[in-house]
Amino acid sequence: MSQLVFIAFQDNDNARYMVEAIQEDNPEAEVQHQPAMIRIQAEKRLVINRETMEEKLGRDWDVQEMLIDVISIGGNVDEDDDHFILEWK
Amino acid sequence: MAVKNKKLNLKDKYQYLTRDMAWEPSYQKKEDIFPDEQFEGIKITDWSQWEDPFRLTMDAYWKYQAEKEKKLYAIFDAFAQNNGHQNISDARYVNALKLFLTGVSPLEHAAFQGYAKVGRQFSGAGARVACQMQAIDELRHSQTQQHAMSHYNKHFNGLHDAAYMHDRVWFLSVPKSFFDDARSAGPFEFLTAISFSFEYVLTNLLFVPFMSGAAYNGDMATVTFGFSAQSDEARHMTLGLEVIKFILEQHEDNVPIVQRWIDKWFWRGFRLLSLVSMMMDYMLPNKVMSWAEAWEVYYEQNGGALFKDLERYGIRPPKYQDVANDAKHHLSHQLWTTFYQYSQATNFHTWIPEKEEMDWMSEKYPETFDKYYRPRYEYLAKEAAAGRRFYNNTLPQLCQVCQVPTLFTEMGAPTKLSHRQLVHEGERYHFCSEACCDIFKDEPEKYVQAWLPVHQIYQGNCEGADVETVVQKYYHINIGEDNFEYIGSPDHKHWLSIKGQKPADQSKDAA
Repeated sequence: MSQLVFIAFQDNDNARYMVEAIQEDNPEAEVQHQPAMIRIQAEKRLVINRETMEEKLGRDWDVQEMLIDVISIGGNVDEDDDHFILEWK
Repeated sequence: MAVKNKKLNLKDKYQYLTRDMAWEPSYQKKEDIFPDEQFEGIKITDWSQWEDPFRLTMDAYWKYQAEKEKKLYAIFDAFAQNNGHQNISDARYVNALKLFLTGVSPLEHAAFQGYAKVGRQFSGAGARVACQMQAIDELRHSQTQQHAMSHYNKHFNGLHDAAYMHDRVWFLSVPKSFFDDARSAGPFEFLTAISFSFEYVLTNLLFVPFMSGAAYNGDMATVTFGFSAQSDEARHMTLGLEVIKFILEQHEDNVPIVQRWIDKWFWRGFRLLSLVSMMMDYMLPNKVMSWAEAWEVYYEQNGGALFKDLERYGIRPPKYQDVANDAKHHLSHQLWTTFYQYSQATNFHTWIPEKEEMDWMSEKYPETFDKYYRPRYEYLAKEAAAGRRFYNNTLPQLCQVCQVPTLFTEMGAPTKLSHRQLVHEGERYHFCSEACCDIFKDEPEKYVQAWLPVHQIYQGNCEGADVETVVQKYYHINIGEDNFEYIGSPDHKHWLSIKGQKPADQSKDAA
Protein backbone atom coordinates (compact mmCIF):
# COMPACT_ATOMS: atom_id res chain seq x y z
CA MET A 1 0.00 0.00 0.00
CA SER A 2 1.16 3.48 -0.82
CA GLN A 3 1.99 5.59 2.23
CA LEU A 4 1.90 9.28 1.44
CA VAL A 5 3.16 12.16 3.53
CA PHE A 6 1.81 15.63 2.79
CA ILE A 7 2.11 19.28 3.66
CA ALA A 8 -0.27 22.10 2.79
CA PHE A 9 0.57 25.82 2.68
CA GLN A 10 -1.45 28.96 2.25
CA ASP A 11 -1.11 30.09 -1.35
CA ASN A 12 0.89 33.27 -0.70
CA ASP A 13 4.23 34.82 -1.54
CA ASN A 14 6.23 33.03 1.18
CA ALA A 15 4.76 29.68 0.30
CA ARG A 16 5.65 29.99 -3.36
CA TYR A 17 9.37 30.00 -2.46
CA MET A 18 8.77 27.07 -0.16
CA VAL A 19 7.10 25.12 -2.96
CA GLU A 20 10.02 25.89 -5.29
CA ALA A 21 12.50 24.68 -2.69
CA ILE A 22 10.50 21.54 -1.99
CA GLN A 23 10.24 20.71 -5.68
CA GLU A 24 13.97 21.09 -6.08
CA ASP A 25 14.78 18.82 -3.13
CA ASN A 26 11.95 16.33 -3.72
CA PRO A 27 11.64 15.97 -7.51
CA GLU A 28 9.12 13.12 -7.19
CA ALA A 29 6.68 15.16 -5.04
CA GLU A 30 3.26 15.98 -6.47
CA VAL A 31 2.08 19.61 -6.16
CA GLN A 32 -1.70 20.23 -6.08
CA HIS A 33 -3.16 23.74 -6.40
CA GLN A 34 -6.52 24.22 -4.65
CA PRO A 35 -8.38 27.47 -3.85
CA ALA A 36 -6.17 29.55 -1.49
CA MET A 37 -3.84 26.62 -0.77
CA ILE A 38 -1.07 24.46 -2.17
CA ARG A 39 -0.85 20.82 -1.12
CA ILE A 40 2.27 18.74 -1.74
CA GLN A 41 2.40 15.00 -1.29
CA ALA A 42 5.10 12.39 -1.71
CA GLU A 43 5.65 8.72 -1.07
CA LYS A 44 7.06 8.15 2.43
CA ARG A 45 9.27 11.24 2.75
CA LEU A 46 9.34 14.99 2.11
CA VAL A 47 12.12 17.36 3.14
CA ILE A 48 12.43 21.16 3.39
CA ASN A 49 16.08 22.24 3.59
CA ARG A 50 17.08 25.56 5.11
CA GLU A 51 19.94 25.90 2.65
CA THR A 52 17.71 25.56 -0.42
CA MET A 53 15.19 28.00 1.06
CA GLU A 54 17.90 30.57 1.76
CA GLU A 55 19.09 30.26 -1.83
CA LYS A 56 15.54 30.83 -3.13
CA LEU A 57 14.83 33.74 -0.79
CA GLY A 58 18.27 35.36 -0.91
CA ARG A 59 18.24 35.83 2.88
CA ASP A 60 18.66 33.90 6.12
CA TRP A 61 15.69 31.67 6.85
CA ASP A 62 14.75 30.03 10.11
CA VAL A 63 13.10 26.61 9.66
CA GLN A 64 10.40 27.61 12.17
CA GLU A 65 9.29 30.43 9.85
CA MET A 66 7.31 27.76 8.02
CA LEU A 67 4.92 27.74 11.00
CA ILE A 68 3.38 30.95 9.69
CA ASP A 69 2.22 29.60 6.34
CA VAL A 70 1.67 25.89 6.93
CA ILE A 71 -1.94 24.66 7.03
CA SER A 72 -1.59 20.97 7.65
CA ILE A 73 0.79 18.04 7.59
CA GLY A 74 0.67 14.26 7.52
CA GLY A 75 3.60 12.09 8.66
CA ASN A 76 6.11 11.96 11.48
CA VAL A 77 7.93 15.26 11.96
CA ASP A 78 11.68 15.58 12.36
CA GLU A 79 12.83 19.17 12.67
CA ASP A 80 16.17 20.74 13.50
CA ASP A 81 18.05 23.92 12.57
CA ASP A 82 18.76 22.72 9.02
CA HIS A 83 15.69 20.87 7.87
CA PHE A 84 12.05 19.93 8.32
CA ILE A 85 11.29 16.33 7.41
CA LEU A 86 7.98 14.50 7.16
CA GLU A 87 8.16 10.74 6.92
CA TRP A 88 6.62 7.35 7.40
CA LYS A 89 9.46 4.97 8.23
CA MET B 1 28.47 33.81 9.65
CA ALA B 2 30.72 32.20 12.26
CA VAL B 3 29.16 34.24 15.08
CA LYS B 4 25.80 32.63 14.42
CA ASN B 5 26.75 29.43 16.23
CA LYS B 6 26.86 31.27 19.55
CA LYS B 7 23.06 30.97 19.58
CA LEU B 8 21.63 27.88 21.21
CA ASN B 9 20.36 25.43 18.65
CA LEU B 10 16.74 24.30 18.63
CA LYS B 11 17.36 21.06 20.48
CA ASP B 12 19.26 22.75 23.31
CA LYS B 13 16.69 25.50 23.71
CA TYR B 14 13.87 22.98 23.92
CA GLN B 15 15.87 20.87 26.37
CA TYR B 16 16.40 23.85 28.69
CA LEU B 17 12.72 24.77 28.65
CA THR B 18 11.22 21.35 29.17
CA ARG B 19 13.78 19.66 31.39
CA ASP B 20 15.97 22.11 33.23
CA MET B 21 13.06 24.28 34.40
CA ALA B 22 11.27 21.31 35.98
CA TRP B 23 12.15 19.82 39.35
CA GLU B 24 11.58 16.73 41.47
CA PRO B 25 9.26 17.42 44.41
CA SER B 26 10.90 16.92 47.80
CA TYR B 27 8.29 17.54 50.50
CA GLN B 28 5.11 16.39 48.72
CA LYS B 29 4.45 13.02 47.11
CA LYS B 30 4.28 13.06 43.31
CA GLU B 31 0.93 11.23 43.27
CA ASP B 32 -0.55 13.91 45.54
CA ILE B 33 0.59 16.65 43.18
CA PHE B 34 -0.65 14.83 40.06
CA PRO B 35 -3.59 12.81 41.40
CA ASP B 36 -5.25 12.09 38.03
CA GLU B 37 -2.25 10.54 36.33
CA GLN B 38 -2.86 6.93 37.41
CA PHE B 39 -6.55 6.04 37.49
CA GLU B 40 -7.01 5.36 33.78
CA GLY B 41 -4.48 2.53 33.99
CA ILE B 42 -1.93 4.15 31.68
CA LYS B 43 1.62 3.34 32.76
CA ILE B 44 4.35 5.90 32.18
CA THR B 45 7.82 4.71 33.10
CA ASP B 46 9.94 7.55 31.77
CA TRP B 47 8.57 11.03 31.07
CA SER B 48 11.94 12.18 29.72
CA GLN B 49 11.16 10.25 26.51
CA TRP B 50 8.54 12.91 25.66
CA GLU B 51 9.64 14.96 22.65
CA ASP B 52 7.95 17.79 20.80
CA PRO B 53 9.32 17.42 17.27
CA PHE B 54 8.73 21.14 16.61
CA ARG B 55 10.84 21.93 19.67
CA LEU B 56 8.98 25.16 20.10
CA THR B 57 10.08 27.37 22.97
CA MET B 58 8.15 30.28 24.44
CA ASP B 59 10.21 33.02 22.77
CA ALA B 60 9.65 31.50 19.32
CA TYR B 61 6.02 30.74 20.15
CA TRP B 62 5.15 34.36 20.97
CA LYS B 63 7.14 35.66 18.01
CA TYR B 64 5.36 33.54 15.42
CA GLN B 65 1.93 33.81 17.01
CA ALA B 66 2.23 37.61 17.09
CA GLU B 67 3.11 37.61 13.42
CA LYS B 68 0.10 35.42 12.59
CA GLU B 69 -2.22 37.70 14.57
CA LYS B 70 -0.95 40.86 12.83
CA LYS B 71 -1.56 39.35 9.43
CA LEU B 72 -4.97 38.08 10.44
CA TYR B 73 -6.29 41.31 11.92
CA ALA B 74 -5.03 43.36 8.98
CA ILE B 75 -7.23 41.19 6.80
CA PHE B 76 -10.25 41.42 9.15
CA ASP B 77 -9.93 45.21 9.00
CA ALA B 78 -9.70 45.22 5.23
CA PHE B 79 -12.64 42.84 4.96
CA ALA B 80 -14.87 44.98 7.18
CA GLN B 81 -13.77 48.31 5.67
CA ASN B 82 -14.48 47.08 2.17
CA ASN B 83 -17.83 45.46 2.99
CA GLY B 84 -16.41 42.05 2.19
CA HIS B 85 -19.73 40.34 2.92
CA GLN B 86 -21.06 41.83 -0.33
CA ASN B 87 -18.50 39.88 -2.35
CA ILE B 88 -19.36 36.36 -1.25
CA SER B 89 -20.76 33.97 -3.84
CA ASP B 90 -24.29 33.91 -2.40
CA ALA B 91 -25.88 34.65 0.99
CA ARG B 92 -26.84 30.98 1.39
CA TYR B 93 -23.15 30.54 2.19
CA VAL B 94 -23.51 32.60 5.41
CA ASN B 95 -25.61 29.77 6.86
CA ALA B 96 -22.48 27.63 7.04
CA LEU B 97 -20.93 30.38 9.19
CA LYS B 98 -23.94 30.37 11.51
CA LEU B 99 -23.43 26.66 12.08
CA PHE B 100 -19.69 27.22 12.49
CA LEU B 101 -20.06 30.00 15.06
CA THR B 102 -22.59 28.13 17.19
CA GLY B 103 -21.21 24.62 16.68
CA VAL B 104 -17.44 24.89 16.24
CA SER B 105 -16.17 28.11 17.85
CA PRO B 106 -17.44 27.13 21.32
CA LEU B 107 -15.51 23.87 20.90
CA GLU B 108 -12.34 25.89 20.48
CA HIS B 109 -13.10 27.45 23.84
CA ALA B 110 -13.84 24.02 25.33
CA ALA B 111 -10.48 22.83 23.95
CA PHE B 112 -8.77 25.79 25.63
CA GLN B 113 -10.31 24.78 28.97
CA GLY B 114 -9.49 21.13 28.37
CA TYR B 115 -5.80 21.71 27.61
CA ALA B 116 -5.42 24.19 30.46
CA LYS B 117 -6.79 21.48 32.75
CA VAL B 118 -4.78 18.49 31.53
CA GLY B 119 -1.66 20.66 31.30
CA ARG B 120 -1.81 20.73 35.10
CA GLN B 121 -2.30 16.99 35.43
CA PHE B 122 0.86 15.53 33.89
CA SER B 123 4.02 15.06 35.90
CA GLY B 124 6.15 15.33 32.72
CA ALA B 125 7.27 18.92 31.99
CA GLY B 126 7.38 18.41 28.20
CA ALA B 127 3.72 17.41 28.16
CA ARG B 128 2.78 20.34 30.39
CA VAL B 129 4.51 22.84 28.09
CA ALA B 130 2.84 21.37 24.99
CA CYS B 131 -0.61 21.50 26.62
CA GLN B 132 -0.07 25.07 27.79
CA MET B 133 0.81 26.26 24.28
CA GLN B 134 -2.15 24.44 22.82
CA ALA B 135 -4.48 25.94 25.43
CA ILE B 136 -3.38 29.43 24.38
CA ASP B 137 -3.78 28.51 20.70
CA GLU B 138 -7.33 27.28 21.25
CA LEU B 139 -8.30 30.44 23.10
CA ARG B 140 -6.92 32.42 20.15
CA HIS B 141 -9.03 30.37 17.73
CA SER B 142 -12.20 30.94 19.70
CA GLN B 143 -11.56 34.68 19.83
CA THR B 144 -10.49 35.18 16.21
CA GLN B 145 -13.51 33.25 14.98
CA GLN B 146 -15.85 35.47 16.95
CA HIS B 147 -14.07 38.58 15.68
CA ALA B 148 -14.22 37.39 12.07
CA MET B 149 -17.92 36.68 12.26
CA SER B 150 -18.87 39.83 14.13
CA HIS B 151 -18.86 41.57 10.76
CA TYR B 152 -21.39 39.10 9.37
CA ASN B 153 -23.50 39.55 12.50
CA LYS B 154 -24.04 43.19 11.47
CA HIS B 155 -25.59 42.14 8.17
CA PHE B 156 -27.18 38.70 8.59
CA ASN B 157 -29.45 36.94 11.08
CA GLY B 158 -28.76 33.97 13.34
CA LEU B 159 -25.31 34.98 14.60
CA HIS B 160 -26.35 37.01 17.61
CA ASP B 161 -26.10 34.60 20.56
CA ALA B 162 -23.77 31.73 19.69
CA ALA B 163 -22.42 30.77 23.12
CA TYR B 164 -25.91 30.82 24.66
CA MET B 165 -27.31 28.68 21.84
CA HIS B 166 -24.42 26.23 22.06
CA ASP B 167 -25.52 25.24 25.56
CA ARG B 168 -29.19 24.74 24.65
CA VAL B 169 -30.15 24.22 20.99
CA TRP B 170 -30.97 20.60 20.10
CA PHE B 171 -28.46 19.94 17.29
CA LEU B 172 -25.70 21.85 19.11
CA SER B 173 -25.76 19.22 21.84
CA VAL B 174 -23.92 17.06 19.27
CA PRO B 175 -20.70 19.12 19.35
CA LYS B 176 -21.19 20.17 22.98
CA SER B 177 -21.60 16.63 24.30
CA PHE B 178 -18.59 15.51 22.25
CA PHE B 179 -16.27 17.89 24.06
CA ASP B 180 -17.95 17.44 27.44
CA ASP B 181 -17.37 13.71 27.08
CA ALA B 182 -13.66 14.30 26.37
CA ARG B 183 -13.18 16.89 29.11
CA SER B 184 -14.83 14.72 31.74
CA ALA B 185 -12.50 11.81 30.90
CA GLY B 186 -9.03 11.34 32.36
CA PRO B 187 -6.03 13.28 31.01
CA PHE B 188 -4.68 10.50 28.79
CA GLU B 189 -8.07 9.78 27.28
CA PHE B 190 -8.51 13.51 26.67
CA LEU B 191 -5.26 13.62 24.69
CA THR B 192 -6.16 10.48 22.74
CA ALA B 193 -9.60 11.92 22.02
CA ILE B 194 -8.70 15.46 21.08
CA SER B 195 -5.00 15.56 20.14
CA PHE B 196 -4.94 12.28 18.29
CA SER B 197 -8.37 11.14 17.07
CA PHE B 198 -9.80 14.60 16.50
CA GLU B 199 -6.84 16.85 15.64
CA TYR B 200 -4.65 14.36 13.84
CA VAL B 201 -7.12 12.03 12.21
CA LEU B 202 -10.19 14.17 11.55
CA THR B 203 -9.89 17.99 11.74
CA ASN B 204 -8.30 18.27 8.31
CA LEU B 205 -11.76 17.54 6.95
CA LEU B 206 -13.11 20.68 8.54
CA PHE B 207 -10.25 23.10 8.28
CA VAL B 208 -8.65 22.24 4.97
CA PRO B 209 -11.27 21.52 2.24
CA PHE B 210 -14.00 23.57 3.94
CA MET B 211 -11.73 26.61 4.34
CA SER B 212 -10.50 26.25 0.79
CA GLY B 213 -14.21 26.27 -0.07
CA ALA B 214 -14.70 29.48 1.93
CA ALA B 215 -12.00 31.08 -0.24
CA TYR B 216 -13.75 29.81 -3.35
CA ASN B 217 -16.93 31.50 -2.15
CA GLY B 218 -15.23 34.85 -1.64
CA ASP B 219 -15.10 34.80 2.16
CA MET B 220 -11.72 36.36 2.81
CA ALA B 221 -12.26 36.65 6.59
CA THR B 222 -13.15 33.03 7.18
CA VAL B 223 -10.47 31.49 5.01
CA THR B 224 -7.93 33.66 6.78
CA PHE B 225 -8.94 32.74 10.32
CA GLY B 226 -9.35 29.14 9.21
CA PHE B 227 -5.88 28.83 7.79
CA SER B 228 -4.38 30.90 10.61
CA ALA B 229 -5.94 28.49 13.13
CA GLN B 230 -4.83 25.56 11.04
CA SER B 231 -1.22 26.75 11.12
CA ASP B 232 -1.40 26.08 14.90
CA GLU B 233 -3.20 22.86 14.10
CA ALA B 234 -0.12 21.53 12.27
CA ARG B 235 1.65 21.67 15.63
CA HIS B 236 -1.34 20.13 17.42
CA MET B 237 -1.47 17.28 14.95
CA THR B 238 2.21 16.57 15.44
CA LEU B 239 1.63 16.57 19.18
CA GLY B 240 -1.30 14.17 18.71
CA LEU B 241 0.83 11.66 16.88
CA GLU B 242 3.70 12.01 19.36
CA VAL B 243 1.32 11.54 22.31
CA ILE B 244 0.05 8.24 20.94
CA LYS B 245 3.51 6.94 20.13
CA PHE B 246 4.78 8.05 23.54
CA ILE B 247 2.00 6.30 25.47
CA LEU B 248 2.32 3.13 23.39
CA GLU B 249 6.09 2.99 23.78
CA GLN B 250 5.93 3.41 27.55
CA HIS B 251 4.24 0.10 28.39
CA GLU B 252 2.56 -2.76 26.53
CA ASP B 253 -0.38 -2.66 28.95
CA ASN B 254 -1.26 0.71 27.45
CA VAL B 255 -2.01 -0.76 24.00
CA PRO B 256 -5.51 -2.21 24.61
CA ILE B 257 -6.59 0.90 26.54
CA VAL B 258 -5.46 3.21 23.75
CA GLN B 259 -7.06 0.97 21.11
CA ARG B 260 -10.42 1.21 22.88
CA TRP B 261 -10.09 5.00 23.04
CA ILE B 262 -9.17 5.19 19.35
CA ASP B 263 -12.22 3.08 18.44
CA LYS B 264 -14.45 5.30 20.55
CA TRP B 265 -13.08 8.69 19.56
CA PHE B 266 -12.78 7.97 15.87
CA TRP B 267 -16.47 7.18 15.89
CA ARG B 268 -17.46 10.12 18.09
CA GLY B 269 -15.47 12.44 15.77
CA PHE B 270 -16.94 10.89 12.66
CA ARG B 271 -20.49 11.44 13.93
CA LEU B 272 -19.64 15.04 14.85
CA LEU B 273 -18.19 15.68 11.39
CA SER B 274 -21.42 14.57 9.74
CA LEU B 275 -22.37 18.24 10.25
CA VAL B 276 -19.33 19.22 8.17
CA SER B 277 -20.33 16.85 5.38
CA MET B 278 -23.49 18.86 4.79
CA MET B 279 -21.64 22.17 5.13
CA MET B 280 -19.36 21.08 2.29
CA ASP B 281 -21.86 19.54 -0.09
CA TYR B 282 -24.87 21.79 0.53
CA MET B 283 -23.83 25.06 2.15
CA LEU B 284 -20.97 26.09 -0.17
CA PRO B 285 -22.65 27.50 -3.29
CA ASN B 286 -19.35 27.26 -5.21
CA LYS B 287 -18.10 23.75 -4.65
CA VAL B 288 -14.48 22.68 -4.45
CA MET B 289 -14.54 19.06 -3.40
CA SER B 290 -17.30 16.71 -2.28
CA TRP B 291 -17.45 15.23 1.20
CA ALA B 292 -16.76 11.79 -0.30
CA GLU B 293 -13.63 13.08 -2.06
CA ALA B 294 -12.42 14.84 1.10
CA TRP B 295 -13.02 11.66 3.11
CA GLU B 296 -11.01 9.65 0.59
CA VAL B 297 -8.02 12.01 0.71
CA TYR B 298 -8.02 12.99 4.38
CA TYR B 299 -9.23 9.80 6.00
CA GLU B 300 -8.83 6.82 3.72
CA GLN B 301 -5.48 7.90 2.27
CA ASN B 302 -3.88 9.88 5.10
CA GLY B 303 -5.51 7.89 7.88
CA GLY B 304 -4.52 4.70 6.08
CA ALA B 305 -0.85 5.77 6.05
CA LEU B 306 -1.10 6.69 9.73
CA PHE B 307 -2.62 3.43 10.92
CA LYS B 308 -0.12 1.49 8.84
CA ASP B 309 2.59 3.32 10.77
CA LEU B 310 0.96 2.43 14.10
CA GLU B 311 0.78 -1.29 13.26
CA ARG B 312 4.21 -1.80 14.82
CA TYR B 313 2.74 -0.91 18.23
CA GLY B 314 -0.08 -3.43 17.85
CA ILE B 315 -2.66 -0.78 16.98
CA ARG B 316 -5.22 -1.54 14.23
CA PRO B 317 -7.46 0.92 12.38
CA PRO B 318 -10.60 2.07 14.27
CA LYS B 319 -13.17 -0.71 14.71
CA TYR B 320 -16.01 0.88 12.74
CA GLN B 321 -14.03 2.58 9.97
CA ASP B 322 -15.71 0.39 7.32
CA VAL B 323 -19.08 1.81 8.31
CA ALA B 324 -17.66 5.35 8.09
CA ASN B 325 -16.07 4.67 4.71
CA ASP B 326 -19.34 3.30 3.33
CA ALA B 327 -21.28 6.27 4.76
CA LYS B 328 -19.31 8.79 2.69
CA HIS B 329 -21.78 8.20 -0.18
CA HIS B 330 -24.81 9.07 1.98
CA LEU B 331 -23.84 11.22 4.93
CA SER B 332 -24.31 14.78 3.65
CA HIS B 333 -27.62 13.95 1.93
CA GLN B 334 -29.12 12.29 4.99
CA LEU B 335 -28.06 15.21 7.20
CA TRP B 336 -29.34 17.93 4.88
CA THR B 337 -32.73 16.30 4.32
CA THR B 338 -33.08 16.09 8.11
CA PHE B 339 -32.12 19.71 8.74
CA TYR B 340 -34.40 20.77 5.87
CA GLN B 341 -37.42 19.43 7.76
CA TYR B 342 -36.38 20.91 11.12
CA SER B 343 -35.55 24.44 9.94
CA GLN B 344 -38.20 25.84 12.25
CA ALA B 345 -35.83 25.02 15.14
CA THR B 346 -32.43 26.10 13.75
CA ASN B 347 -30.57 29.42 13.76
CA PHE B 348 -29.80 28.95 10.06
CA HIS B 349 -31.84 28.51 6.90
CA THR B 350 -32.13 25.50 4.64
CA TRP B 351 -33.22 25.15 1.00
CA ILE B 352 -33.64 22.73 -1.87
CA PRO B 353 -30.37 22.59 -3.85
CA GLU B 354 -30.52 24.31 -7.23
CA LYS B 355 -30.58 22.28 -10.43
CA GLU B 356 -26.85 22.75 -11.17
CA GLU B 357 -26.04 21.73 -7.60
CA MET B 358 -28.09 18.55 -7.90
CA ASP B 359 -26.32 17.76 -11.17
CA TRP B 360 -22.98 18.25 -9.39
CA MET B 361 -24.10 15.81 -6.71
CA SER B 362 -25.17 13.25 -9.34
CA GLU B 363 -21.67 13.49 -10.75
CA LYS B 364 -19.95 13.27 -7.36
CA TYR B 365 -22.26 10.57 -5.98
CA PRO B 366 -23.04 8.48 -9.06
CA GLU B 367 -24.06 5.40 -7.06
CA THR B 368 -26.39 7.07 -4.62
CA PHE B 369 -27.62 10.59 -5.36
CA ASP B 370 -30.01 9.98 -8.27
CA LYS B 371 -31.19 6.71 -6.83
CA TYR B 372 -31.94 7.70 -3.23
CA TYR B 373 -31.79 11.44 -2.71
CA ARG B 374 -32.74 13.40 -5.85
CA PRO B 375 -36.29 12.01 -5.79
CA ARG B 376 -36.71 13.27 -2.21
CA TYR B 377 -35.70 16.80 -3.22
CA GLU B 378 -37.95 16.72 -6.25
CA TYR B 379 -40.84 15.73 -4.01
CA LEU B 380 -40.00 18.39 -1.39
CA ALA B 381 -39.65 21.04 -4.13
CA LYS B 382 -43.06 20.13 -5.51
CA GLU B 383 -44.59 20.41 -2.06
CA ALA B 384 -42.95 23.79 -1.49
CA ALA B 385 -44.14 25.05 -4.91
CA ALA B 386 -47.69 24.07 -3.94
CA GLY B 387 -47.39 26.19 -0.79
CA ARG B 388 -46.73 23.22 1.50
CA ARG B 389 -43.06 23.70 2.39
CA PHE B 390 -42.46 20.69 4.63
CA TYR B 391 -41.62 21.04 8.32
CA ASN B 392 -41.56 18.01 10.56
CA ASN B 393 -43.46 18.68 13.76
CA THR B 394 -42.48 15.48 15.54
CA LEU B 395 -39.38 15.79 17.69
CA PRO B 396 -36.72 13.27 16.63
CA GLN B 397 -35.40 10.26 18.55
CA LEU B 398 -31.82 11.12 19.57
CA CYS B 399 -28.93 8.72 20.01
CA GLN B 400 -27.98 8.43 23.69
CA VAL B 401 -24.26 8.76 22.86
CA CYS B 402 -23.64 11.04 19.85
CA GLN B 403 -26.99 12.85 20.30
CA VAL B 404 -27.58 12.99 16.52
CA PRO B 405 -31.19 12.07 15.62
CA THR B 406 -31.30 8.40 14.62
CA LEU B 407 -31.31 9.31 10.93
CA PHE B 408 -28.49 7.16 9.54
CA THR B 409 -28.94 3.98 7.55
CA GLU B 410 -27.30 0.57 7.78
CA MET B 411 -24.05 -0.11 5.93
CA GLY B 412 -24.89 -1.54 2.52
CA ALA B 413 -28.65 -0.99 3.05
CA PRO B 414 -29.34 2.69 2.39
CA THR B 415 -33.10 2.48 2.89
CA LYS B 416 -32.88 0.66 6.22
CA LEU B 417 -32.72 2.88 9.29
CA SER B 418 -29.87 2.09 11.66
CA HIS B 419 -31.15 1.73 15.22
CA ARG B 420 -30.03 -0.18 18.31
CA GLN B 421 -31.56 -0.34 21.76
CA LEU B 422 -30.52 -1.63 25.11
CA VAL B 423 -32.09 -1.98 28.55
CA HIS B 424 -29.79 -0.88 31.36
CA GLU B 425 -30.99 -1.02 34.97
CA GLY B 426 -34.62 -1.01 33.90
CA GLU B 427 -34.36 1.91 31.47
CA ARG B 428 -34.41 1.57 27.69
CA TYR B 429 -31.77 3.51 25.71
CA HIS B 430 -31.67 4.17 21.94
CA PHE B 431 -28.66 4.44 19.64
CA CYS B 432 -27.96 5.43 16.05
CA SER B 433 -25.50 2.60 15.49
CA GLU B 434 -23.68 -0.43 16.81
CA ALA B 435 -20.66 1.80 17.45
CA CYS B 436 -22.52 4.26 19.69
CA CYS B 437 -24.16 1.31 21.49
CA ASP B 438 -20.68 -0.15 22.14
CA ILE B 439 -19.50 3.13 23.62
CA PHE B 440 -22.49 3.15 25.96
CA LYS B 441 -21.86 -0.45 27.05
CA ASP B 442 -18.29 0.42 28.04
CA GLU B 443 -19.34 3.25 30.35
CA PRO B 444 -23.10 3.18 30.94
CA GLU B 445 -22.77 5.18 34.17
CA LYS B 446 -21.42 8.08 32.11
CA TYR B 447 -23.93 8.08 29.25
CA VAL B 448 -27.10 7.54 31.30
CA GLN B 449 -26.47 11.13 32.42
CA ALA B 450 -26.60 12.55 28.87
CA TRP B 451 -28.57 15.79 28.56
CA LEU B 452 -30.73 14.93 25.55
CA PRO B 453 -32.49 18.03 24.21
CA VAL B 454 -35.66 16.23 23.08
CA HIS B 455 -36.07 14.46 26.45
CA GLN B 456 -35.48 17.76 28.20
CA ILE B 457 -38.22 19.48 26.20
CA TYR B 458 -40.67 16.68 27.01
CA GLN B 459 -39.69 16.83 30.67
CA GLY B 460 -40.57 20.51 30.72
CA ASN B 461 -37.05 21.81 31.34
CA CYS B 462 -36.88 24.15 28.32
CA GLU B 463 -39.31 26.93 29.25
CA GLY B 464 -42.26 25.48 27.39
CA ALA B 465 -44.00 22.51 25.91
CA ASP B 466 -44.44 23.67 22.31
CA VAL B 467 -41.74 24.17 19.68
CA GLU B 468 -42.42 27.88 19.24
CA THR B 469 -41.87 28.72 22.91
CA VAL B 470 -38.77 26.57 23.16
CA VAL B 471 -37.27 28.06 19.99
CA GLN B 472 -37.99 31.66 20.91
CA LYS B 473 -37.62 31.73 24.67
CA TYR B 474 -35.21 28.92 25.43
CA TYR B 475 -33.01 28.97 22.31
CA HIS B 476 -33.06 32.75 21.61
CA ILE B 477 -33.79 32.02 17.94
CA ASN B 478 -35.78 34.89 16.47
CA ILE B 479 -38.77 33.36 14.75
CA GLY B 480 -39.25 34.48 11.16
CA GLU B 481 -35.74 35.98 11.02
CA ASP B 482 -33.22 33.29 11.92
CA ASN B 483 -35.17 30.14 11.13
CA PHE B 484 -37.30 28.53 8.35
CA GLU B 485 -36.69 28.33 4.59
CA TYR B 486 -33.98 30.49 3.00
CA ILE B 487 -36.04 31.55 -0.04
CA GLY B 488 -38.08 34.54 1.04
CA SER B 489 -36.22 34.95 4.34
CA PRO B 490 -35.04 38.42 5.49
CA ASP B 491 -31.45 37.32 4.67
CA HIS B 492 -32.51 36.37 1.15
CA LYS B 493 -34.29 39.69 0.62
CA HIS B 494 -31.34 41.59 2.04
CA TRP B 495 -28.97 39.79 -0.29
CA LEU B 496 -31.10 40.54 -3.32
CA SER B 497 -31.14 44.22 -2.40
CA ILE B 498 -27.32 44.19 -2.00
CA LYS B 499 -27.12 42.75 -5.49
CA GLY B 500 -29.62 45.30 -6.82
CA GLN B 501 -32.28 42.70 -7.57
CA LYS B 502 -35.85 42.47 -6.44
CA PRO B 503 -37.01 39.32 -4.65
CA ALA B 504 -38.01 36.79 -7.28
CA ASP B 505 -41.43 35.17 -7.37
CA GLN B 506 -41.35 32.80 -4.41
CA SER B 507 -42.92 29.73 -5.94
CA LYS B 508 -40.60 29.95 -8.94
CA ASP B 509 -37.50 30.14 -6.77
CA ALA B 510 -38.53 27.30 -4.54
CA ALA B 511 -39.00 25.02 -7.52
